Amino acid sequence: MTTTRRQLLSAAGAATIGTGIGGRPWQGARAQAANTIRLGVITDMSGLYRDTTGPGSVAMTQQAVADFGNRGFTVEVLQADHQNRPDVGSNLTRQWFDQGVDAVVDVPTSSVALAVNQIAREKNKVHLNSGAATSDLTGAQCSPNTVHWTYDTYMLAKSTGAAVVKAGGDTWFFITADYAFGHALERDTANFVRAQGGRVLGAARTPFPATTDFSAFLLQAQASRAKVLGFANASTDTVNCIKGAREFGLHRSMRLAALLMGVVDIRALGLEAGQGLLLTESFYWDLNDRTRALTARSRARNQDRPPAMVPAGCYGVTLHYLKAVAEMGITAAKASGVEAVNRMKALPCDDDAFGAGHIRADGRKIHPGYLFQVKSPEESTSPWDVYKLVTTTPGDDAFRPLNEGGCALVRS
Amino acid sequence: MDEIFGIPTPLLFGQLLLGLINGAFYAMLSLGLAIIFGLLNIINFTHGAQFMMGAFVAWMLLSLGSADAARIGLALMLLPLVLLLLDWLWLKLRLAQPIRLGLGVVVSAAWIAACFLENGGPVSQALGATFPNGLSYWWALLIGPIVVGASGVLLERLMIAQLYKLDHLYGLLLTFGVGLIIEGIFRNEFGSSGLPYRIPPELSGAWDLGFMFMPVYRGWVVVAALILCLATWLVIEKTRLGAYLRAATERAELVQAFGINVPLMITLTYGAGVALAAVGGVLAAPIYSVNPQMGVNLIIVVFAVVVIGGMGSILGSILVGFGLGVVEGLTKVFWPEASATVIFVIMAIVLLTRPAGLFGRA
Repeated sequence: MTTTRRQLLSAAGAATIGTGIGGRPWQGARAQAANTIRLGVITDMSGLYRDTTGPGSVAMTQQAVADFGNRGFTVEVLQADHQNRPDVGSNLTRQWFDQGVDAVVDVPTSSVALAVNQIAREKNKVHLNSGAATSDLTGAQCSPNTVHWTYDTYMLAKSTGAAVVKAGGDTWFFITADYAFGHALERDTANFVRAQGGRVLGAARTPFPATTDFSAFLLQAQASRAKVLGFANASTDTVNCIKGAREFGLHRSMRLAALLMGVVDIRALGLEAGQGLLLTESFYWDLNDRTRALTARSRARNQDRPPAMVPAGCYGVTLHYLKAVAEMGITAAKASGVEAVNRMKALPCDDDAFGAGHIRADGRKIHPGYLFQVKSPEESTSPWDVYKLVTTTPGDDAFRPLNEGGCALVRS
Repeated sequence: MDEIFGIPTPLLFGQLLLGLINGAFYAMLSLGLAIIFGLLNIINFTHGAQFMMGAFVAWMLLSLGSADAARIGLALMLLPLVLLLLDWLWLKLRLAQPIRLGLGVVVSAAWIAACFLENGGPVSQALGATFPNGLSYWWALLIGPIVVGASGVLLERLMIAQLYKLDHLYGLLLTFGVGLIIEGIFRNEFGSSGLPYRIPPELSGAWDLGFMFMPVYRGWVVVAALILCLATWLVIEKTRLGAYLRAATERAELVQAFGINVPLMITLTYGAGVALAAVGGVLAAPIYSVNPQMGVNLIIVVFAVVVIGGMGSILGSILVGFGLGVVEGLTKVFWPEASATVIFVIMAIVLLTRPAGLFGRA
C-alpha cells in the first residue's frame, strides 16, 4: 500500500515536471485546475507487457496532446504502473479520480481493465481503454463511461481464425494460457473454427505465468494430428511456443496461428523463426502515408522506434476524447464522464493511426482489422519492416455485431 | 498402438525425454545453489538473475557488431572482471587496503562514465570494432561464466561477506534484493519482450527417434548438463580441493588453523556457483526467450529442488533435479493445469516426512 502510493506520487510528479504539458505546473496549478484536463495513463511499466504498452503508451498519449494543440484548455498527462494486478490498478484509479483526474488511458491486462471499468462508472469518470483484450468490456460488462478503442479477443479470433480455416486449416489444437484472457481467446477462436465447419481436437491449458518450457504441450499438439496449432497466449509465452515449435519441427506438419502477437513480439522472436506467421493487428506503422507520418512525428518521443498497436490506440482515443471535450466545453466534460463519452460516440472519429471510424453505443470503436503475414529475413528492408498485409476486414465486419455482445446499453 | 492410462506409448516416451531435458536445467541450477549453500550457508536468491545474465552475455557477444546496446552492455558487464584483475595487480604491488578500495571506486566511476559517452565510449567501440561479426555461441559458453562469475565474486566480497555473522535470513534478503535490482536494470535497458538468439548452426536440426522428433540442441543440453554435474561432483568428492571445501563446511576455524585460506575459498565457491548459473543461462538462450524475467519462474522451482534434495547436498540436487523434471513432464501429460504446482506438492510432502530433505543429513 505504501509503495503503491509512493509510486503513484513519484510517477505523477515525474510526469508533471517531465512532460511540460499543461503549462507550468509550479505556477498555481490549483488555480488552473478548472481549465485543465487531467489524463492518467495507467499501464504496465515493469512487467511482461511493458514493451507492448508501458512507456510507449505514455509517449503516444503525449503525442496526441501535442497534436491536439491548444484550444483554450490545458492538458496534463500522468502515468502509473499497475503491475498487472487488479488490486493495485483499482487503488491507483480510485486515488486518481479523487484527486481530479478526468480520464484513465490504456489499462492493459484484462483483469485490471475490468476492475477499473467498475470504478470509472461508479465515479462517473472516463475510461479510455486501448491495451486490454477482453471483449467483455463492450459485452456483458459494458459501461456508459468506457470506450474500448484498439482491438479485442473477438476481432483477433475472427480475423486470424477465419483466415486460417479458409486456407484449409480445419482441425485445431490450442495451447492456452490458463487464465481469463487465454480462455476467452480460445473460446472466441474455437467458435469461429466450428462456424466455418472446422473441428477443435484438443487444448492444453498451461499454468500462467509459471510456464517456461512448452515442449511437452507442443508434443501433445503434434500427437493430436490437428492441422493448425493455435496459441491463445501472449508475449513471451507465444515467443517461447513458436521457438519450440520450430525446434521440434512442428511447423512442417502443422500451421502455426499466433492469436495475439505484435511487432514487438516479432522482433523478440526474430524473423528467421517468425516468418510466414499470420496475425492480426488494427495498426501497423508502415500501413499508409498517415501512419508513416505519425511514426516520423513521434520517433523522438518513442526512443526512435515506431509505435506498437496499443500505444497507437492511446494516441487515437486520447485525440478523440480531447476533440469531444473541446466541442462540448471543458466544464461539461469534467462534470460528467457519461456525457463526455456520449459526445465521443456522437462525433465521427478520424486520426492518423486508424483513419476514419466511429464509436458504437456499447463503447466499441469501429475500424478495420488487418491480417498480416510476417516477412522472411530476405524480404525485410529495415529492422522494423516485419509485415506484409494479407487482407483487410472492414470495420463493420471486424468486430462482434452490436446485438450479440449482451451489453445492457444496447437494449435500452 | 499401445496405450498407458489412455496415453499413447510414443507420446509418453517423448514426454519422459522432455522431462529429462528440463531436469537438466533444474539440476544445473540447483547444483550451483547447493554448493553455495553448503559452504556459505546462504540461499542465493540472485541465482535467477545470474542465470538471466548468462543468457544476456550470450546475446551481447553475438550482437557486438550490430547493436549499440549489446556493446555498451558488455562493456559494463566486463567491469567486475576488470576490477578483480586490477585488484590482484594492486595486491601484488602491496598497496594498502584503503588505497585499493579508493582506486577501485575511481576506476569504476571512470569506466561507467565512459560507457555513457557519445557512441558508447572507447571500450564499447573497441569491442564493436574488434568483433564486427560478434562472438559465437561457443565463445559465449566460455566467456559468459567468467564474466558473470566475476560479478558474483565482487558481490560476495563487497556485500555478502558482511553478513556471515548474522542469521541466514539476512543473506537471503540481500541476495533477493540484489536479484530484483539486477532484473529491474535489465528491464529498463533491454525491455521486457526479449531478444532473439538463434540455435548455433552446428547444433540445429533434429533426429527422428521414431516415437518423437528430437532436436539436436536439446540433446546437447542434456549431455552438457551431465558433464557439468559429474565434473562438479568429482571435484568436490574426489579432489584435495574438494576435501578442503567439505572440511570447511564442517569446521571453518579448524581448516583455517591448518593454513588454508578459507575466505578465499568461500569467495571462489560463490563465484563457481554463479558461473554454473551463467552456463545454464547460455545453454537456455537459444531455446527460451532471452528476457529479464527468464530466471524468475525457474528460481522458485530450483529452490524447491534444493529443498527436496536436502539443503547443500550435491548429489541430492542433481538426482532430484532430473527426477523432478521427469515428474513435471508426466504431469504435463496427465493434468497440464497442475504442472506448475506438482513440484511444490512434492516439496510439502518431503518436508513433512523428511525435514532435512531426501539426501540431507539432519
